[in-house]
Amino acid sequence: MPRRNNILANIDWLTVGLYVLMIFLGWFNIYAALYSDEHQSIFDISQQYGKQLMWIGAAAVLALTIMLLEVNFYVFFSYIIYGVLMLFLLLVPFVGKEINGARSWFQIGPVLFQPSEFTKFATALALARYMSTHGFKLQTTKSLLTIAAIIFGPVVLILLQNDTGSALVYFSFVLVLYREGLSGVVLFFGTLIAILFVLALVLTNLTLALVMVGVALLMFLVFNPKLKQFFTVSIIYALSIGFFILLNYVVNTSYELSHFILAGAVVGSLIVLYHSVRNKFSNYTKIAIVFIGSILFTISVDYGFENFLEPHHRVRINELLGIESNPQGAGYHVNQSKIAIGSGGMWGKGYLNGTQTKFDFVPEQSTDFIFCTVGEEWGFAGTLTIILLFMLLFMRLIFLAERQRSTFSRIYGYSVAVILFFHFMVNIGMTIGMMPVIGIPLPFFSYGGSSLWSFTILLFIFIRLDASRLEKLSD
Amino acid sequence: MNNLSKRSYIVAAVFAVVALIYVIDLFRLQVLDSDYKQYATNNVLREVVQYPARGLIYDRDGELMVYNKTAYDLMITPREVGEFDTLLLCNLLDITVEDLEAGIQKAKKYSRYKPSVLIKQISPENFALLQEKLYKFKGFHSQTRTLREYTHPVAAHVLGYVGEVSANDIKRDVYYKSGDYIGQSGIERTYEEQLRGVKGVKKYMVDVHNRIQGSYLNGREDQPAEIGKNLVSTVDIDLQVYAEELFQNKKGAVVAIEPKTGEILAMLSAPTYDPGLLVGRVRGKNFSHLQNDSLMPLFDRSLQARYPPGSTFKPFNILIGLQEGAINTSTRVVCNGRSSQPIRCTHNHITPTSVVDAVRESCNPFLWNTFRNSINQFPTTAEGFAAWSEYVRRFGIGDKVSEEFYNENPGLRPTVDYYNRKFNGSWWRALTVRSLAIGQGEMGTTPLQMANCAAILANKGYYYPPHIIKEIENDTIRSSVSVKHETGIEAEHFEPVYEGMRQVTIARLNRFVPGISYCGKTGTIQNNQGIDHGAYIAFAPEDDPKIAICVYVEHSKWGASYAAPMASLLIEKYLNDTIATNRLIYEKQMMGAVLTDPNNPDLID
Repeated sequence: MPRRNNILANIDWLTVGLYVLMIFLGWFNIYAALYSDEHQSIFDISQQYGKQLMWIGAAAVLALTIMLLEVNFYVFFSYIIYGVLMLFLLLVPFVGKEINGARSWFQIGPVLFQPSEFTKFATALALARYMSTHGFKLQTTKSLLTIAAIIFGPVVLILLQNDTGSALVYFSFVLVLYREGLSGVVLFFGTLIAILFVLALVLTNLTLALVMVGVALLMFLVFNPKLKQFFTVSIIYALSIGFFILLNYVVNTSYELSHFILAGAVVGSLIVLYHSVRNKFSNYTKIAIVFIGSILFTISVDYGFENFLEPHHRVRINELLGIESNPQGAGYHVNQSKIAIGSGGMWGKGYLNGTQTKFDFVPEQSTDFIFCTVGEEWGFAGTLTIILLFMLLFMRLIFLAERQRSTFSRIYGYSVAVILFFHFMVNIGMTIGMMPVIGIPLPFFSYGGSSLWSFTILLFIFIRLDASRLEKLSD
Repeated sequence: MNNLSKRSYIVAAVFAVVALIYVIDLFRLQVLDSDYKQYATNNVLREVVQYPARGLIYDRDGELMVYNKTAYDLMITPREVGEFDTLLLCNLLDITVEDLEAGIQKAKKYSRYKPSVLIKQISPENFALLQEKLYKFKGFHSQTRTLREYTHPVAAHVLGYVGEVSANDIKRDVYYKSGDYIGQSGIERTYEEQLRGVKGVKKYMVDVHNRIQGSYLNGREDQPAEIGKNLVSTVDIDLQVYAEELFQNKKGAVVAIEPKTGEILAMLSAPTYDPGLLVGRVRGKNFSHLQNDSLMPLFDRSLQARYPPGSTFKPFNILIGLQEGAINTSTRVVCNGRSSQPIRCTHNHITPTSVVDAVRESCNPFLWNTFRNSINQFPTTAEGFAAWSEYVRRFGIGDKVSEEFYNENPGLRPTVDYYNRKFNGSWWRALTVRSLAIGQGEMGTTPLQMANCAAILANKGYYYPPHIIKEIENDTIRSSVSVKHETGIEAEHFEPVYEGMRQVTIARLNRFVPGISYCGKTGTIQNNQGIDHGAYIAFAPEDDPKIAICVYVEHSKWGASYAAPMASLLIEKYLNDTIATNRLIYEKQMMGAVLTDPNNPDLID
């Protein structure tokens, strides 16, 4: 049976269709974002929209090539591709071209390309290959360390190039690992850390201390609803915290009241821990440990925030959390972006009629802030449509991933979904002020050859894998 | 489906939750919250004021007097300024590098993004040079303003000048914004509201760099500027020019009025200045120059100088006497010349003196008699003096006689209360205040008021308030100018006064106007600081007066020596259009005289 026909018949045209639709919606919006009276033709290749059409053409060639290649190619060469791109990443700080303060671009003739864009699919391939090896078990230390090495290899190298946004993308692999059996506890702690981080920066120390003690007591009650034991625990905390508050009045130190409360909570937790371990109250043990960990983490956040983050990151996070706001300064991007989107209303101002867009009030409008153009010119109807299109794609990808017979294809499929999702979440979130301003593109929409091609490769390798899902892959 | 594949739902749920949060937030941002629409409008909207051209001013015959010329303000938008040739710009603008730096600093302080004025009012000639090179100076652009231009360099005080609004103007009237122009004096000030027009506004959309990108809402909300209304002045430009020629190198004032209407034909305060000096960039420098001039050219003598009327007031005292019955045409008074009591007479003339003689000869004893009788025929001095003072009030003395001039001096009219205060009681008598009989003492009139008095004589007993504007385009002039003011002197009493005044005009050749029978009265105003001032009032022709005039020439010794000849020349010019050949010698004499020195050795006895 001729294999070509087989592939053509098995291509998931819905995904391809969504891809094509989004690419062209993106192109139209790039045109709108940069529209000026002097350059009216959308095909003007001196302008970004003209160039984007060229990148789209190149992407089509890329997609076709990917579809034509033997499916086992991706399995066989996954490590090699990963290795080569890691080599590029390693070299780029030395021979790369510096743009906007980040030395993360290679220049080959007139074409600039950013290796960190391409390591995404390479990492996905390598991860899929490693995790689909025969007899692979996630829970072993060796597996976890290897996975960590595969994922954090590019992260470290990208961070060295000062490209925090691209580096953060790799954290999205945690969802893939979760699907493949990583304990939910990891997700739980991940979420807990994120919440504590935000609370530590937003709330005053005293409020935070009281909230934490309150939540901890609630946990004790929820996970072991026996009133007698709950009272015992409460009394232990009350006594130890009371002791420290009393101490605060007796000794005159420079520490705040909140520190004494937290110290009391730690001592109380240790007492509870001691008793629960002796009496085998496993729930209490866990809660007490989490509580102690949370307290220590919270205290370290403030310290770490002030001492480890770079000033411009600090400002952005402050801006995001509303701790400090300066609409003329660091908050300018987000403020103008929100004005653009917010002024769009229900139906938008009409194509090419966005004033925020046309008159350059939103910076990086064709790249990172392309969503503003959609919001301003197409209104809520437009933004809702884009979000629904992305959700449709993501759901389809999960569905496709789940129907794969080969573990390699499934893991790769999930990787595609979570990488795209992470970009979607951070990019749109930053345009509406719910995420810090991290320069990462909106897949298929943002201007740029590197990102378009990298997303095309990422997606089409999976479409290629899916087209051959009935074949036995050489895992 | 194994256990782990159920986790696909968790992953899908995570995706869905994030998407849902975003959709909800976008709905809030885009649909529920309307603030952002306003912010977006504020971002792009720039209102650019459209300055209307000021109304033009014509003379009474429709000849243009004041019009507008274009001037250019050089604007700077500090943010857009790049590297440029400082020296070249300074040369083009004719300023020093320090001035330029200071200007740029000031603009930066105001705003880096918004344009502000760097150099004001560059003339079209200078701007033409600059404009050719303007492309070399990024961040600089021009703004067009209009400046006043004058067809004749005359009537500076009447027309007034235009200057930038003060903080008070802005506080008083919300129409004005900093940097706007406003009429500061004269017609420009009185008719500011008509002349200024209405500023318009053009709404533009600008980009993030404040560059204009097009009109806002296709100009639907634009308001075009309304050009100021044109004015027709009552001034006869030829007469005004002639008056100024006559008054070169002299101090004093001329006011000429058309008696039938109260229209001011000419009004001059000498020394005067070219009104063009107070226009444009040179205004500040010239203004302080004029301000420091010891001859006080900025002081408007025609409206603000309060002289005692002197002998020019004598016809009016006689009219009061005639009206009150204190004297009549058969009254004769013996004049003892220099030995007359209580006021001596310096004029040699026939005696006993009749009304006609008294007017012609300016006889002091006759005037004293008239004044005393006018007052003493009442039971008390207070009543008599009050009656006299009321006539003076009706002559337009002691109150502003016109509503046209913000700076008009009301003059001084003595009242009973005034003298009661001055003399600490009511013991004073006509004798005490006898100076008033001959127009001296506690009485002051401006040239405008004396010209108006001349008009009262011409009209035989009434006047219309003097005014300077005849017509306003698409508008009406103030109604008060057509209110007839009666003085209460009956027309018949003017006959002998006219006769006396007519005889005055034929007394000497240098004040005789060929072909015109007219009436005049000289006056000499005693001056403690140098030579006396000469004054002359007149109206012409006698049978159908078309012009009433008052001339003051400071330090000219006698009214007869300069004021009367000059007035006659003005009358001749106005009524005959040309000066008769045999009188050109007087014209030359008058124009050539230099009388600015209060202690002119040629005139000191």
